[in-house]
Amino acid sequence: MSDQDDIYGDHISHQFNDELARLKEDFLHMGGMVEQQVADAIQALTNGDGELASQVRQKDKKVDRLELEIDEEATRIIARRQPTARDLRLVISVIKMVADLERIGDEAKKTAKLAMRLAEEGQAPRGYVEVRNIGRHVGQMLHDALDSFARLDSEQALEIIREDARVDEEYQGAARTLLTFMMEDPRNISRCMSVMWVLRALERVGDHACNIAEHVIFMVKGEDVRHASMEEAERVVGGP
Amino acid sequence: MNTMNATGINAATTEGGQTADATEDRPYGPTRGQPFADEARFKLRDVSVYYGETAAIKKVSLDVARNEVISFIGPSGCGKSTFLRTLNRMNDSIDGCRVEGQLTLDGEDIYSDSRDVVELRARVGMVFQKPNPFPKSIYDNVAYGPRIHGLANRKSELDDIVERSLRGSGLWEEVKDRLDAPATGFSGGQQQRLCIARAIAVSPEVVLMDEPCSALDPIATAKVEELISELSESYTIVIVTHSMQQAARVSDRTAYFHLGHLVEVDETNQVFTSPQHELTESYITGRFG
Repeated sequence: MSDQDDIYGDHISHQFNDELARLKEDFLHMGGMVEQQVADAIQALTNGDGELASQVRQKDKKVDRLELEIDEEATRIIARRQPTARDLRLVISVIKMVADLERIGDEAKKTAKLAMRLAEEGQAPRGYVEVRNIGRHVGQMLHDALDSFARLDSEQALEIIREDARVDEEYQGAARTLLTFMMEDPRNISRCMSVMWVLRALERVGDHACNIAEHVIFMVKGEDVRHASMEEAERVVGGP
Repeated sequence: MNTMNATGINAATTEGGQTADATEDRPYGPTRGQPFADEARFKLRDVSVYYGETAAIKKVSLDVARNEVISFIGPSGCGKSTFLRTLNRMNDSIDGCRVEGQLTLDGEDIYSDSRDVVELRARVGMVFQKPNPFPKSIYDNVAYGPRIHGLANRKSELDDIVERSLRGSGLWEEVKDRLDAPATGFSGGQQQRLCIARAIAVSPEVVLMDEPCSALDPIATAKVEELISELSESYTIVIVTHSMQQAARVSDRTAYFHLGHLVEVDETNQVFTSPQHELTESYITGRFG
């Protein structure tokens, strides 16, 4: 058990320790699964792998089931333990972050669905470079968000919020590129639109990773930085 | 450290408690949060309470505001009950107990030699851990205080006070037909609400409660807690409780005591979601106590 685990692991009640540890573990397990879903969906798209895309869609049911299980666990802890302070912030944050993970799962499913359609139609000629770039970027953000949760690292979480602005810029750039392709040859429109939806889904993955990062800052610092300016978030993380 | 002047609290005292680092007097650092209030009833500055040579309370500074409910929490032996009892000089009767520092109620020194303690306790009522009704009827229990303080000239006035107090403690409907019945025949929860009625019968300004629900079942506890929130419209309430959930439910501010020191006092929401001091955090999350 690392130092980070210890801050939730030193209650008088060992059972309470175990319950919080299990909640964290299950959340990270679900996070890992969702991370893989996003990576697989992108791979299915860029490789035209309909089989992999189909697997991603199947696996989403498991992600949904985990969401329910973790919510139930969190509810049970609130009912039985009446957590306070950092324990309360952990439980509340997990309930909210689990919803973000589930939505990321949905975006992966959406991407997989578009990948299957594109695979059936034959490869779209344009936009895959952008998909790969943004996909890599938001995949890393999600990975780092889960990492910052595991380590309770608010500075790493702050960096993810910064990254989100960059993803938004990349998304705008990619959308402009696809628009150019569509204007060049209207026969591209259908496929380019599918790729555009994929980019949109990936951009949303970045937003959800950013939400998770905001909750990590709340867990660690006790201050809510949702809807706050970057300067405000920096003040919270930099503060004592 | 005597920074008090004749008119009230010197600003330097207020600042001093907030900015100093950990010292011999304050091993846990200055009291965190918001110990001071704009509309203070009690102004308590550098209060220490000794039993013989042992200090049970060490240089505590705190305001209690008008019509607020403030809870004192902390592990056993932290001094929270001792501190509560200094507010109406209930410690006077304990041999070897000595109180230092400045304690004022509405600007008047609580511990001055000229202070009438009976009058003080009429203004600052108290409810104890175990319900302690007199072995008398319901009516006589509530009428006792008004009688000895001469608050009623006629029987009808006394009747009014008894009814108003019993209504105030939510007991009227349950006992109005049995006012002559002995109080000791009622349930624990009813007895405790009777004690609250007895406390408010003399129209106090402040009600001190020392673990008022620790001998009650959850239903009776809920009734007393409901009563506390109703009473807070008219009274200032200071409550010592072992139940952190109770402090979280009933109080506007919560004060955390540790080994005689006031470690942290702040809005209850703040204390239970993001306490500032590590000791407060450890206690309320069940890491020691």
